[in-house]
Amino acid sequence: MELISLGIRSIFIDNMIFAYFLGMCSYLAVSKKVPTALGLGMAVIFVLTTTVPLNWLIVNYLLKPGALAWISPAFAEVDLSFLSFIVFIAVIASFVQLTEMAVEKFAPALYNALGIFLPLIAVNCSILGAALFMQGRPYSFAEATVYGFSSGIGWMIAIVALAAIREKLRYSNVPKPLKGLGITFILVGLMSLGFLSFMGITL
Amino acid sequence: MSTQTETAAKVQSAEPLFSKKNRKLLVDPLDGNNPITVQVLGICSALAVTVQMKPALVMSLGVIFVASFSSLFISLLRNTIPTRIRIIVQLAVVASWVVIVDQVLKAYVYDVSKQLSVFVGLIITNCIIMGRLEAFALGNKPWPSFLDGIGNGLGYGVILIIVAFFRELLGSGSVFGVKILGADSLTGLPYQGNGLMMLPAGACIVIGLLIWAQRARNGYAEEH
Repeated sequence: MELISLGIRSIFIDNMIFAYFLGMCSYLAVSKKVPTALGLGMAVIFVLTTTVPLNWLIVNYLLKPGALAWISPAFAEVDLSFLSFIVFIAVIASFVQLTEMAVEKFAPALYNALGIFLPLIAVNCSILGAALFMQGRPYSFAEATVYGFSSGIGWMIAIVALAAIREKLRYSNVPKPLKGLGITFILVGLMSLGFLSFMGITL
Repeated sequence: MSTQTETAAKVQSAEPLFSKKNRKLLVDPLDGNNPITVQVLGICSALAVTVQMKPALVMSLGVIFVASFSSLFISLLRNTIPTRIRIIVQLAVVASWVVIVDQVLKAYVYDVSKQLSVFVGLIITNCIIMGRLEAFALGNKPWPSFLDGIGNGLGYGVILIIVAFFRELLGSGSVFGVKILGADSLTGLPYQGNGLMMLPAGACIVIGLLIWAQRARNGYAEEH
């Protein structure tokens, strides 16, 4: 039950895009068409669901103060948490490489559509952001997995929704200098206001 | 490798340190080629850390530092990095500089470091840094790359400060924590903060309007 409420909270209330604005670069750049947005969303879900639990294991068995005690009591004092940035990003970068190879093999059309943005998932802030948030919160392994998965879902919902709006927006008469990036920013702001209404939910 | 660096150094010394081209590298990203409003890089942190001026300033300094030194080091290493694994190498270099920034912030300005929370770590994935490494530092000499890093860091900082200025002024009536908007002279009521500006949504709208203003001035327009 607790896991479900954590999932719902990460999808709607603590939405990666609308509450923390993580992963905005690819969010703004790949949200022109719904199918591409959906593809990138799937890739993000996969990477988040795999890297967050993996990083959880690394934090709890290698990096946390005293985490090395399972090797020998002599290491109980060791605190390696200053290494967490480098370790997280290495895990993420290698997983992204793996996803890239998988997508290239099984969905070449999607691979071509995503182009440069697939390798850029490695520098999608939402992935590293989720790992860092997970490190700062007292999650269990199951919770970390649910957190990663539902953060990915939240990100995908956000990008697909924006892509759908932008497809319609093409037929509207936007002031010239506001076209493109400007109106998209304002749109995201308004969508974020909409998502704020989920804050009223008590879980 | 050593001969290459030597020739590079010679060419470098033949050119004045702040030649016109180098100055352009430094000034261009401030407006015409701004990383946030034109290149659309590094948006995440720009939205998240701009509720108040102080964290925005600290964040900008951090990014300037990381961007310039990562560019410098990647540029120094550019002839030895195999293309296939360059992303990992770049991430490793950037991450090391970010660790330094993070540790310094924790040691000297702990409250700001707490306020910035994960966003210091997220400098690693700040697209400005990776983008400039890919687009510039990998193909240019160390000194211009260093300047390019500083320039883009500054361009990022300028937008951050502008956005933070409006958000703090309208949201809590102060600048750098100093009250500017005081009590209403008619009713004597204290300044009512605009709640929208305190929300992340406010940042989006401020940046959107900023882009509108900048593009209206530059006459630049997108197709869609």
